[in-house]
Amino acid sequence: MFVDLVQILRGERKEDMKWLLGGVLLLLALLLLPGLGSEKGATVNVIGSTSVQPFAEMLAEEFNRIGGHRRVEVQGGGSTAGLQAALNGVADIGMCSRSLKEDEAKVFQSVAIARDGLSVVVHPSNRVDGLTKQQVERIFAGEITNWAEVGGEDRPIRLITREEGSGTREAFVKLVMGKSRISPKAMTQESNGSVKELVRNDSCAIGYMSLGLVGKDLKALKVDGVEPTAEQVMTKKYPLVRPFLFVTKSKPGSDAQAFIDYVLSVEGQQMLVKEGLVRVQ
Amino acid sequence: MSTMRAQIPVQSAARRPLLARRRLDSERVISWVLFLMALSALSGLAVITAFIFKEGIPIIAKVGLRRFIFSSHWYPLEGEFGILPMIVGSLMVTAGAMVIGMVFGLGCAILLTQYCPPRMVSIIKPAIELLAGIPSVVYGFIGVAILVPFIRDYLGGPGLSVLASSIVLGVMMLPTITSISVDALRAVPKSYIEGSIALGATEWQTTHMVVLKAARSGIVAAVILGMGRAVGETMAVIMVAGNTLELPHSILDPVRTLTSNIALEMGYAAGDHRKALFATGVVLFVIIMVLNTIALRVSRRRSKVKVLAK
Repeated sequence: MFVDLVQILRGERKEDMKWLLGGVLLLLALLLLPGLGSEKGATVNVIGSTSVQPFAEMLAEEFNRIGGHRRVEVQGGGSTAGLQAALNGVADIGMCSRSLKEDEAKVFQSVAIARDGLSVVVHPSNRVDGLTKQQVERIFAGEITNWAEVGGEDRPIRLITREEGSGTREAFVKLVMGKSRISPKAMTQESNGSVKELVRNDSCAIGYMSLGLVGKDLKALKVDGVEPTAEQVMTKKYPLVRPFLFVTKSKPGSDAQAFIDYVLSVEGQQMLVKEGLVRVQ
Repeated sequence: MSTMRAQIPVQSAARRPLLARRRLDSERVISWVLFLMALSALSGLAVITAFIFKEGIPIIAKVGLRRFIFSSHWYPLEGEFGILPMIVGSLMVTAGAMVIGMVFGLGCAILLTQYCPPRMVSIIKPAIELLAGIPSVVYGFIGVAILVPFIRDYLGGPGLSVLASSIVLGVMMLPTITSISVDALRAVPKSYIEGSIALGATEWQTTHMVVLKAARSGIVAAVILGMGRAVGETMAVIMVAGNTLELPHSILDPVRTLTSNIALEMGYAAGDHRKALFATGVVLFVIIMVLNTIALRVSRRRSKVKVLAK
């Protein structure tokens, strides 16, 4: 790339000059275009956690259908990115899939829109059905490295974790890991989807993700003997529960508030429950 | 008729000075406009460079260059920034990709220039160049869907590995290496080949003892350019490398490269963590600059050789 550039600029490759210039022109045009076509409607931007995203998208679709002139647009990016977007005004609402840290709680207003169980998932063929919270911690810390040590077959355990800064990871660390660190041997994936894809295909793998996203291809383990189901999350028997939050920098504007109200309404909450989450109250 | 034909050139000849002057002015304007546009591309490069250094250098200074580069503990939220595993990861993956890209790319180039009838060249060469147009996420997806399970089932380990990334990157480098090597091999003077054949060498002897030697610097440049692509590739590598934070012990171990470290964590990072990712970018930038400088040097030497040969 750079070599080409130098050669072109030196005039060694005259024939490529026009391509370079054409590229620059195109780039400029692309940069200018969005500025020309901008029209301001009542758009509510919702940005943040990829765990909350699919649920928010579903709610937004329904809200847009009935909501008249307001439009809600949902983007992923991650919990921390969502907080930042809410802070600098890019997002009207940030989505966060963990409870706020102390310093964050001072800056943001938050509304819990649902609670979500964090499930520990393995390949369906895995003989292990359940682990204690402590076993999960020791597995992810790299202290237990073979499935035989926890009652499974004699196979190595392959850890799959989320990237630093992910809300799911932070919730997992807070709920499970205590003072231990996730082993550096753990393979890092950047979305719930790719964690799912890996665990689905690898009989030695163990990962964690939102209860609502587990689906049929994975086996969600019992933790401390409790099934990871919405009912158990509701009764607070299942130990790994985190909130899904909508976060705003200050008091939400009327359009954003309308969407929040919709999500908290009976109808909105019912949709979330149907998708495997647990209602707030 | 003939008189009319003769008249036309006379008429336009009379107008020519005026037209020519007007054209000269517009030429100059266009050349200035084009110059400014070219400058904007360059200033883009300058801005990027200045920005990543401005963001990245302070944290390197704070952590200490040696600890930043030689520590293997990366716990950004706890203030530990060591990128050794990622540097090693990037280098291992790139070296692997180079071996694969070089063997297959050079093989292709030799076939296309020495053995292939022109008709087949006109099919194979564009086909290989088409590889360059496939988005990297597609390579990554094919890697995850086919290559990774294959490695896991037949070679062991988690499948996501140095090997998988090297193969994917090697295939992605093929078009670069092949097309530049083809140019280098074609630039070898016919007389060398004819001389070698006349001395009784076989086609293969001619190829590997004469043609490859004569085109060596061009081939090296091709490989280094391909290497630049491999070091910088991100998306496909994130998907197949596994992104662990540990130093890899074998080619079946997963790794994290410098680029995937940036891409994985950038969306979330804030404060020192973000700056450390820029610092990762600085290290990557330096590595790529070094590679490109080498490539420039080598290709310049090649053109000197050509001049001498003439």
